[in-house]
Amino acid sequence: MTALAAAPLKSAEPSPTGEVILEVRNLVKHFTVGGAGLFGRNVGLIRAVDGVSFSIQKGETLGLVGESGCGKTTTGRCILQLERPTAGEIIFEGQDLTKLSSAQLRPIRRKIQVIFQDPYSSLNPRMTVGQIIAEPLAVHGIVPDRSARQARVHDLLSRVGILTSLAARYPHELSGGERQRVGVARSLAMEPSLIICDEPVSALDVSIQAQIINLLEELQAEFHLTYLFVAHDLSVVRHISDRVAVMYLGKIVEITDRRALYEEPLHPYTKALLSAVPIPDPAVEAAREHVVLKGEVPSSMNPPSGCVFHPRCPIAIEECRGGVPELREVRPGHRAACIRV
Amino acid sequence: MGSLLEVRDLRTYFFTGGGVVRAVDGVSYDVREGETVALVGESGCGKTVSALSVLRLVAAPAGRIVAGEIVFKGRNLLALDEEGMRRIRGQEIAMVFQEPMTSLNPVLSIGRQLTEPLEIHLGLSPAEARSRAGELLALVGISDPARRLAQYPHQFSGGMRQRIMVAMALSCNPSLILADEPTTALDVTIQAQILELMKDLSRRLGVAMLIITHNLGVVARYADRVNVMYAGKIIERGTAREIYANPRHPYTLGLLRSVPRLDEPRKSKLDPIEGQPPDLVRLPEGCAFAPRCRYAIARCASEVPPLLPAGEGHDSACWVADQLGSEVRV
Repeated sequence: MTALAAAPLKSAEPSPTGEVILEVRNLVKHFTVGGAGLFGRNVGLIRAVDGVSFSIQKGETLGLVGESGCGKTTTGRCILQLERPTAGEIIFEGQDLTKLSSAQLRPIRRKIQVIFQDPYSSLNPRMTVGQIIAEPLAVHGIVPDRSARQARVHDLLSRVGILTSLAARYPHELSGGERQRVGVARSLAMEPSLIICDEPVSALDVSIQAQIINLLEELQAEFHLTYLFVAHDLSVVRHISDRVAVMYLGKIVEITDRRALYEEPLHPYTKALLSAVPIPDPAVEAAREHVVLKGEVPSSMNPPSGCVFHPRCPIAIEECRGGVPELREVRPGHRAACIRV
Repeated sequence: MGSLLEVRDLRTYFFTGGGVVRAVDGVSYDVREGETVALVGESGCGKTVSALSVLRLVAAPAGRIVAGEIVFKGRNLLALDEEGMRRIRGQEIAMVFQEPMTSLNPVLSIGRQLTEPLEIHLGLSPAEARSRAGELLALVGISDPARRLAQYPHQFSGGMRQRIMVAMALSCNPSLILADEPTTALDVTIQAQILELMKDLSRRLGVAMLIITHNLGVVARYADRVNVMYAGKIIERGTAREIYANPRHPYTLGLLRSVPRLDEPRKSKLDPIEGQPPDLVRLPEGCAFAPRCRYAIARCASEVPPLLPAGEGHDSACWVADQLGSEVRV
């Protein structure tokens, strides 16, 4: 493992280094629906991501949480340049990816990898585990020699906790946890510096989830990786993240370090989300106060005026219908988009 | 309160080309009137098949209930003919499925789907059924019922669809609702709404519920009694408080330890259960959990432990259950 092995092992010290690896500025991604064809009259605009800004330091994990449709996955896909953003900048290691052509992006794609949610559909069913991991090594010319590549595949498999004898198997012969380990090995093969983890454990059983989370943490320390951890499970996000951003209807409503978000949440949406997570202990549950939000997430085709959360917000006032609240620094390092905090 | 449903030594097997899958292998549980009981476990542990067997909805010809008794209000459901079973389904025992989009018929209006069981099971006239359907929608918190009844499933959000499923389940005043992962497909804030609704309605209407879930948090908040399943067997059962405060099976203990908890200080490392669940075609000879168990002794590899009392209203199927109790409190 050439470059991977050369990476300094810094597992002993706190991970973030202060050096910004990724900066997202005013990211906007709109999708048009309808348009030409049979249903052409109803042209609508889905504001999937609507002005999102954040940065990630080298070696840290930023958790991105929110409910379905909040834009967290689209944000990840824009960073990967799987979607070209409508507006905004994505600055990775000093380069604005949105300005690059496909050819210019190619060497950078190696450095930003992804681990998908569903290990059943993200692995090619007609390739063996060994081929799945070897293919990108050959395509990107990382290990051009065939036998060296074989050795490298075995290295990667054993690093993620899979018996090398499974290299000849097909994905359907593996369990969900093993498949997700293969997905991790495939990302790791590219020697990335940033990995977008998009709900990497939510399709797995609880007893397997903890195995994969521990693996991701070990690999981060060993190879000095940076993670954007996209998930809806707030307990898992608290465990793995250094900082956390909460999204609602295409916008970040709160962003701060892990401790502050979970111990002193400011935004009413964050508070409601935290309260909705059931805790596996009947005694604790009985004593807990539950904030049950009314209504549902509005459509991102027709978001509410002013603060997008105001129709469901327990503390909304008349002014909340007016202006869009700015994501402002309420306390040092703790930003929230709410005029009532 | 008396037992409403009693399942005794149920065995439901699937006969496949690859061998006999013993999905449910000697399971006994009961649900008393008005109470909420949970079947908890991970994928493939047999929790859904245990519940589907009650309604005799196991996919034939591969799936067959090969042994056991299912006694509901004193009658053995396995002895009923198809017509007798049809009167039970939907009327006395209703079901709420995980995926509200696939369990509603996309080409029928909500009104049609709600009135059909009312006309068939309760013999209401179309006009009576329609007004009752409107009441049911209001009961589950859907406003403007008259307009909503004319709409189709795709015009509702996931949470709304699950409310409709709950309304359908309640429509014929059942005494038992089987809820199979009722909120797994929903977002956390909507999950909380649906669970609160179900709990409130079950209390108000006195309906018993059997909740099937993998989510330990959902169980803690809503269940009175819990059955933990692993590889086709119940391996621990007891009141929810007992199971969570004093788990006496290594699998339950492992599950509780492996999930990060918001109310506890963050751990530097999670404590997973190592290994994988077993292949149900080739179960180990002794305890099915033994290969993953950190407390296993020699006996575990050869003899299947029976469910034995491990405390007040608390049973555990583990040869070392006694030693576990004290160690847990460390």
